[in-house]
Amino acid sequence: MDGPVIQTQELTKRYGDFVAVDRLNLVVEPGEVFGLLGPNGSGKTTTILMLLGLTEPTSGTVRVMGLDPARQPLSVKSRVGYIPDQVGFYDDLTARENLIYIAKLNGIPREEAYRRIDEALEQMGLKEVADRPVGTYSRGMRQRLGVAEVLIKRPSLIIMDEPTLGLDPEAAREFLNTIRDLKAQGITVLVASHLLHQVQAVCDRVGLFHRGRMVLEGTVEALARQVLGGGYRVYVEAVGPQAAILEALRRLPDATKAEAMGSERYMVEGRRDLRGEAARAVVEAGGSLRALQLEEPSLDDVYARYFQEVEHGREG
Amino acid sequence: MAARVEPGRISREGSPWTGLWAVVAKEMADYLTGIRMLILEMLAVLTAAGTVFMAAESLRTTVGQDRFLFLRLFTVQRDPLPAFIGFLAFLVPLIAIALTFDTVNGEFNRRTLSRVLAQPIYRDALLFGKFLAGLFTLTLVLTAIWLLVFGMGLARLGVPPGGEEVARSLLFLLATIFYGGVWLALALLFSVRFRQPATAALASIAVWLFFTVFWGIIAQGLAQILVPLRYGLVQEVLAQDQVAQALARLSPITLYSEVMMALLYPSLRAFGLVGVLLQFQEGVIVGAPLPLSQSLLLVWPQLTGLIAATVLLFAISYILFQRQEIRA
Ligand SMILES: Nc1ncnc2c1ncn2[C@@H]1O[C@H](COP(=O)(O)OP(=O)(O)OP(=O)(O)O)[C@@H](O)[C@H]1O
Ligand SMILES: [Mg+2]
Repeated sequence: MDGPVIQTQELTKRYGDFVAVDRLNLVVEPGEVFGLLGPNGSGKTTTILMLLGLTEPTSGTVRVMGLDPARQPLSVKSRVGYIPDQVGFYDDLTARENLIYIAKLNGIPREEAYRRIDEALEQMGLKEVADRPVGTYSRGMRQRLGVAEVLIKRPSLIIMDEPTLGLDPEAAREFLNTIRDLKAQGITVLVASHLLHQVQAVCDRVGLFHRGRMVLEGTVEALARQVLGGGYRVYVEAVGPQAAILEALRRLPDATKAEAMGSERYMVEGRRDLRGEAARAVVEAGGSLRALQLEEPSLDDVYARYFQEVEHGREG
Repeated sequence: MAARVEPGRISREGSPWTGLWAVVAKEMADYLTGIRMLILEMLAVLTAAGTVFMAAESLRTTVGQDRFLFLRLFTVQRDPLPAFIGFLAFLVPLIAIALTFDTVNGEFNRRTLSRVLAQPIYRDALLFGKFLAGLFTLTLVLTAIWLLVFGMGLARLGVPPGGEEVARSLLFLLATIFYGGVWLALALLFSVRFRQPATAALASIAVWLFFTVFWGIIAQGLAQILVPLRYGLVQEVLAQDQVAQALARLSPITLYSEVMMALLYPSLRAFGLVGVLLQFQEGVIVGAPLPLSQSLLLVWPQLTGLIAATVLLFAISYILFQRQEIRA
């Protein structure tokens, strides 16, 4: 497929006077994992509903794989897998029966459907429990069943709303691996979430939503550079002449900031990973290095900083 | 969460009925295997067997004297049980309401609705599929009961039914299904409108009670206000009765009982005061029976009314459902 998988132009959704999504311009390229981030009520779910044609935009355009979800809902929905927030199944049916129903709704011929269902259940590690009623499933199993369900239509795009909400850390990590697997299969993935560190771990690019607007967009590194100034923080532990060491660290190329944090601890912020240069600088300044630690730019920081600034901006 | 979505529709791709039969099959399987239906079916079979058995007992003495012996199976009552048709009038709404009152809101609450609507089908197919599945299930249950009645009739009376009796009772079966359709559509409407299944069930039962208990009284009262008796003339009494009847026919229960009467009492020639006073004396019918086509002509408007009510209720649910935003 050529061209973006998702493309929206000035996409807007109003509920009465309330603007839930405000002039959104979003482009997601094939094979990407894109994260929609934002606090509660910032418009993530509304955006997803418009992408699927489940609600109509007030204005603006949406194209999903070049199709308009409002005019060609069947074509869009047969190519896009959607795992809603807190996905639900028919509890008294088995996993397999649940999937058979979905396969029928997709018009997949019986033989083919059974093959795909077996495959999908196998891939999601649900083969042994496939004939148990879904009512007996744990939260994590349901979430995996959600993925199995969308896999049977062989989608080119999967949209997940808060997929790791309510999962324990282990299950969440496994689920993130699942997302990586999907990406490896060439499937484009759109994840809406507010669990930033998880999103950060799998997303190629993210868009940060705030009150219906996408205020920031790009790779995590780019956002860190944009919002935090220096994207990378290096913590240095060293003994020796403090003033000289600090001065040497400050003068590193690409360093945006360096400060002492106690008598033997320093922090350097840079536009890239400055560990090597920092080690050399400490030694050259007559200190001896004890430890060196890189703190990668964290989406949490970007987020916290951004909203801090927004709040300040509003008060000031 | 439900919200208005701007309609402003455009031409749509594909058939609105894509996936319809998948929905029908799934819903029917649910209905037929559910405990709820099992209970209702048992109740229905029990009442049918009980009332028809009693009826057959009292009819055995009249074998050979009555041309419409089999139809009597439905209408004759012997203490302590009322006639079969008496039970039908409330069993059918009960079964119909039980089938659909939680069909849409139940999916919403189980959070399966948005997953299903994310499949390549239109909402039309989902809603209509649910209605059809209810109608088919009802047809299945009622047909089984009819067969039971006929079976018992054959066994207890020892004579086969005549052709016209079969035709009349089949038409009666059809009318009963239509009557059930009205209640199916009503409960479906409430299941779209109300998020809580309990609210939907209560609302459906409230409507049913209203029509069963109060509407007749209200229709009478309204008629007395609209056409007061000034001089106590017969014409006045009849005119008032006409108005009362017209009002009463706004109730599906009235429509159904008129159809039932005309089909099961072949000599019935008119409804209302005239018809009833002239023709019924303690369940015995005076006058020659009408041919089936005449009876059918008599209730044609009522049958159409039942269908129209179903279509109207379904259309309202359809519009409400199209406009709902499904966020779960
Ligand atoms: N039907 C509606 N009528 C009015 N406002 C609505 C309606 N649906 C959603 N909203 C508002 O739109 C805003 C965006 O909601 P949305 O569900 O898209 O947020 P979200 O980013 O998905 O949040 P969350 O993280 O809580 O899921 C919210 O403030 C919500 O209150
Ligand atoms: Mg949401």
